[in-house]
Amino acid sequence: MELLSGADMLIRSLQDEGIEYVYGYPGGAALHIYDALFRQDKVKHILVRHEQAAVHMADGYARATGKPGTVLVTSGPGATNTITGIATAFMDSIPMVVLCGQVASTLIGEDAFQETDMIGVSRPVVKHNLSVRHPEEIPEVIRKAYYIAATGRPGPVVVDIPKDMTTPNERYEYSYPKKVKLRSYNPAIRGHAGQIKKAVDMMLAARRPIIYAGGGVILGKASEQLTELVRTLGYPITNTLMGIGCYPASDKQHLGWLGMHGTYEANMAMHHSDLILCVGARFDDRVTNATEKFCPGARIIHIDIDPASISKTVDADVPIVGPVDAVLKEMQALVKESKEKPDADAIAAWWKQIDEWRAFHGMRYETSDDVIKPQEVIEMLCRLTNGEAFVTSDVGQHQMFAAQYYKFDKPNRWINSGGLGTMGFGLPAAMGVKLTHPDDEVLCITGEGSIQMNIQELSTCKQYNLPVKIINLNNQALGMVKQWQDMNYESRHSQSYMESLPDFTKLAEAYGHKGVVIDKKADLETKLKEVLAMKDELVFVDIYVDRFEHVYPMQVARGSMKDMWLSKTERV
Amino acid sequence: MRRIISVLLENEPGALSRVVGLFSQRNYNIETLTVAPTEDETLSRLTVTTTGSDKVIEQITKQLNKLIEVVKLVDLTEGSHIERELMLVKLKATGSQRAEIKRTVDIFRGQIVDVTSSVYTVQLAGDSEKLDGFIQAVGTSGVLEVVRTGVSGIARGEKVLSL
Repeated sequence: MELLSGADMLIRSLQDEGIEYVYGYPGGAALHIYDALFRQDKVKHILVRHEQAAVHMADGYARATGKPGTVLVTSGPGATNTITGIATAFMDSIPMVVLCGQVASTLIGEDAFQETDMIGVSRPVVKHNLSVRHPEEIPEVIRKAYYIAATGRPGPVVVDIPKDMTTPNERYEYSYPKKVKLRSYNPAIRGHAGQIKKAVDMMLAARRPIIYAGGGVILGKASEQLTELVRTLGYPITNTLMGIGCYPASDKQHLGWLGMHGTYEANMAMHHSDLILCVGARFDDRVTNATEKFCPGARIIHIDIDPASISKTVDADVPIVGPVDAVLKEMQALVKESKEKPDADAIAAWWKQIDEWRAFHGMRYETSDDVIKPQEVIEMLCRLTNGEAFVTSDVGQHQMFAAQYYKFDKPNRWINSGGLGTMGFGLPAAMGVKLTHPDDEVLCITGEGSIQMNIQELSTCKQYNLPVKIINLNNQALGMVKQWQDMNYESRHSQSYMESLPDFTKLAEAYGHKGVVIDKKADLETKLKEVLAMKDELVFVDIYVDRFEHVYPMQVARGSMKDMWLSKTERV
Repeated sequence: MRRIISVLLENEPGALSRVVGLFSQRNYNIETLTVAPTEDETLSRLTVTTTGSDKVIEQITKQLNKLIEVVKLVDLTEGSHIERELMLVKLKATGSQRAEIKRTVDIFRGQIVDVTSSVYTVQLAGDSEKLDGFIQAVGTSGVLEVVRTGVSGIARGEKVLSL
């Protein structure tokens, strides 16, 4: 057997795990590891400018590829800077391993330089965390970390590595374990057959059914199975913000996404349904609105890999714990072989009702000859990229407009921080996507507030040649905050106006990129086409949009699914 | 409703803090908590008493089960069970109080385990209500110090919580 130092074992373990990229930032406690990284060329390291961005990059990579991302940072501030990124991944169940240096085990607890209890600090926002207590454990700890991160309901795993675990001149026998033994962790591999049968019977007997799919379908790589089942049944489908792309948006059975800023037809259909088949979603507050008024006539089937997601906020009538792909497959087989068929008349009447809601055009905006509407920028981008770009977003109005007006037909292409709502996520996430999809169009749709939260990464983009397109919907205000202040605080715009905005084009140029300003509606299409034609350049597109636009529809606070504002004056 | 949840936990550093952290993160209530190793040195047995609606208790058990170090758990209050708590009480004991306290200790089947000229230290085991009852009986004015271990519990009959 080979003798390796702890640091070399760590890097070798990453190689054996098949890791292509590590995003990170070096520092004292991680220097042995960085030296081991230097002496090999299989695992590539991307040097970010702030550790938070490393985590978002790994996150973007994971969301686009479905594989766990990897981060490497030093102890203390290096580790604590990753927390927002880890919490972002945790809320959206993104598989990720964060390797943190730590002061030598002999110094732990002595308030040593750059010492932080990262196991303690990260505990509430990780799926699990592990600490290396002996160098020989490293291969097993790394194997465990990736196994836990990527299986069951995925999530981030932190590994804390004291510096004396990676000392160069202490060598140990290396072998990478093939299997992980964890007696207390056994994620379900299939759903309960009896429950699935019961669910299918209910689905076939329903008169006003709807399928409500979430991010779990994308994480569980079950888009195909879902699409097949939905088409076989002929029922309407809506999905959550996190589920965008799990079912083709251009398909006629798709009602758009639901919830606070969801479509009129999706929210209406949910409210009036008699059966909801929830697939890999978690009835969160941005979907259900007031839970006591949620879908009064509906019985609920809930498929989820995580039993704790079932009946957490809304009670399920038929809970099914299992991987969504396997459960959907079994459902499809049962639907096909069943003698019962959906009641054609009832389903036709249900579609007629839904088409009436659709004809109401709940998602609309007024165009103007003078100002550029943010919605039309997104619609144009969707058209110009044939709806095939990878789109990352930050958080706020631009995020909702992007999700509403860009039509995604494929999973893994819409990448946003849905759960935690992390401003500053968009650019580094886009970088993580672009790195592994160099030939695809990668758009970062952002606002002048969010982009400044990780703008230093323009420098990383230069170093690694990552020609993403930054679409800055510049309304010169923290738009979503301002919208809530307009609606709930009599337009008292407390701290939502950002004075002294930089000249973003000059800033982009200072980092070695291109900058383009679009402030006239007449220029919008030509300039966007020019931008998209610059394949090898990162272009920062600063688009001055209507400063007074609000996002609609918007559910009325503490109402039911069907209570919505459709414009500043129209409430249903 | 009050529940007693009994957990088999990997006997590893940090495992306990994960359980305790979960309760505070999710705004669950801990009334008592006891933890100690079992006959299998790789496992700890943890008993927590908590209160909450059925929905909250269901979430607590599900969230506990999600912790990687939780091997198995049972809600003892779902079936018939035995619960015990140990209490040590230091009581002011002078003059006529001494005989009175001795009588009360006997009624509660406790033991006086330490004596000075002015203080009795009493040991008492039982369910939490019995321990409360003893304090009430002797009166809080004479109580100098109370130490309770928190509840431990076990199911009645053949049911066992093991691997």
